[in-house]
Amino acid sequence: MRAQFVLSEIGVGLRRNLTMTFAVIVSVALSLALFGGSLLMREQVSTMKGYWYDKVNVSIFLCNKNDKETSANCAKGAVTEAQKQDIKSELKQMNIVESVHFETSEEAYKHYKEQFGDSPLADSLTPDQMQESFRIKLKDPERYDVISTAFAARPGVQEVQDQKKLVDDLFNLLNGMNFAALAVMALMLVVALMLIVNTVRVSAFSRRRETGIMRLVGASSFYIQMPFIMEAAIAGLLGAGFACVLLVSGQYFLVNNWLVDKIDVINFIGWDAVLAKLPLVLAIGLLMPALAAFFALRKYLKV
Amino acid sequence: MIRFDNVSKTYPKQTRPALRDVSLEIEKGEFVFLVGSSGSGKSTFLRLLLREERASHGAVHVLGKDLARLSNWKVPQMRRQLGTVFQDFRLLPNKTVGENVAFALEVIGKPRTAIRKTVPEVLDLVGLGGKDDRMPGELSGGEQQRVAIARAFVNRPMLLIADEPTGNLDPQTSVGIMKLLDRINRTGTTVVMATHDQQIVDQMRKRVIELEKGRLVRDQSRGVYGYQH
Repeated sequence: MRAQFVLSEIGVGLRRNLTMTFAVIVSVALSLALFGGSLLMREQVSTMKGYWYDKVNVSIFLCNKNDKETSANCAKGAVTEAQKQDIKSELKQMNIVESVHFETSEEAYKHYKEQFGDSPLADSLTPDQMQESFRIKLKDPERYDVISTAFAARPGVQEVQDQKKLVDDLFNLLNGMNFAALAVMALMLVVALMLIVNTVRVSAFSRRRETGIMRLVGASSFYIQMPFIMEAAIAGLLGAGFACVLLVSGQYFLVNNWLVDKIDVINFIGWDAVLAKLPLVLAIGLLMPALAAFFALRKYLKV
Repeated sequence: MIRFDNVSKTYPKQTRPALRDVSLEIEKGEFVFLVGSSGSGKSTFLRLLLREERASHGAVHVLGKDLARLSNWKVPQMRRQLGTVFQDFRLLPNKTVGENVAFALEVIGKPRTAIRKTVPEVLDLVGLGGKDDRMPGELSGGEQQRVAIARAFVNRPMLLIADEPTGNLDPQTSVGIMKLLDRINRTGTTVVMATHDQQIVDQMRKRVIELEKGRLVRDQSRGVYGYQH
């Protein structure tokens, strides 16, 4: 195999089909960028899950004296000291509970101020308007319903709230977006492969004189097919290279320089996760088009 | 060298066979004309030799190999021992004469130094010495056919297959081409040539094989083009 000969053939082929080559590169780039992006998104969601599931609590909100009119559960007025002690000691005996923290209305007020200090509503609130609550950390975050059935109907309890449900809604949203990205990726990949098949067809037709002569003088089918396959592989690799650039600049501009500053409660995935995806993206970008070209040749190039 | 044993060929979706029960043998070093009207099966005969097609029935042996048993990946090896020349020359218009001949060697992976040595030699042999750098379009038809013959012969094949090599040339130029093919034949290369050119066949007085509607109707050594009535 003479490398220089093959390389010059590839160069000629790529230039002859410049527009097609460009279309292949763009569609491979976009589909692989989406692919890498959704892989990273999935990783992000799972790190977030680990992070948040550690932090989420089941909260038992207790009746405040103001809740008498607004909440049916609190019709008998504010929670009494005895009721609080009952709940507390019962929680301590449950073996699914890891720890219990009692949040006083002072603390609740402080937290509220921290989170919503800017809003005008915060100024009109006073500490005694805030609900007291038990913040319960479960050994297994899935066992929420045990707490709920035990305490939801208890006098003095306004509501049992599972924070896991709140974050799960967010995760479901993210997962849904992830699936959408994967679907778009699959579509783009199909488009890319169809483009490659078409490029190979045009290319095989425009070079039928050369390939015909090659066949006659006894060039091996590998030798005849090589330039076509390499063309597709190179276009695919260029596309994959662009996809990598998109992923890296996405991490740099979108995550590191923007989201991290805006949202400090989420720990974002770092460079190591992004860089780990690049070899996979490059390998797919190289192999998929080469395979597509190989199968297209069986149909469009007689050897 | 070549042996046909009761060979028939029917193309897909056709009822009439292109070749019917053809048996013949061609020895090493022979020069054979293949004649017959259009549609008589000449092209099919040559395509079977090149293993562009496989026989429907019977066995085709070329260079001692049963082509029906030759696996696809070995076909290129077999074709390297054949040279082929066509009516339409089949040169690459964007390559020079030298590059056209070199192409045949490049694609079978011959080393560059060998190519550089062989190409001028074979161009000399066909009478185109010093025209390496000309483009095919600048040459006359006869000269283009000489380039094609040079390309076919550059591998020193055992067998040269020519499909109407003089079909596009005037009589005088044709004579030159025939002299060249005769010279190649004298080096020991077997030549099988399909032709419509009565004058050439009658002048050369070589073996003539005639096909008619796919049947072998005449096999005559030192023959002529038409029937001798």
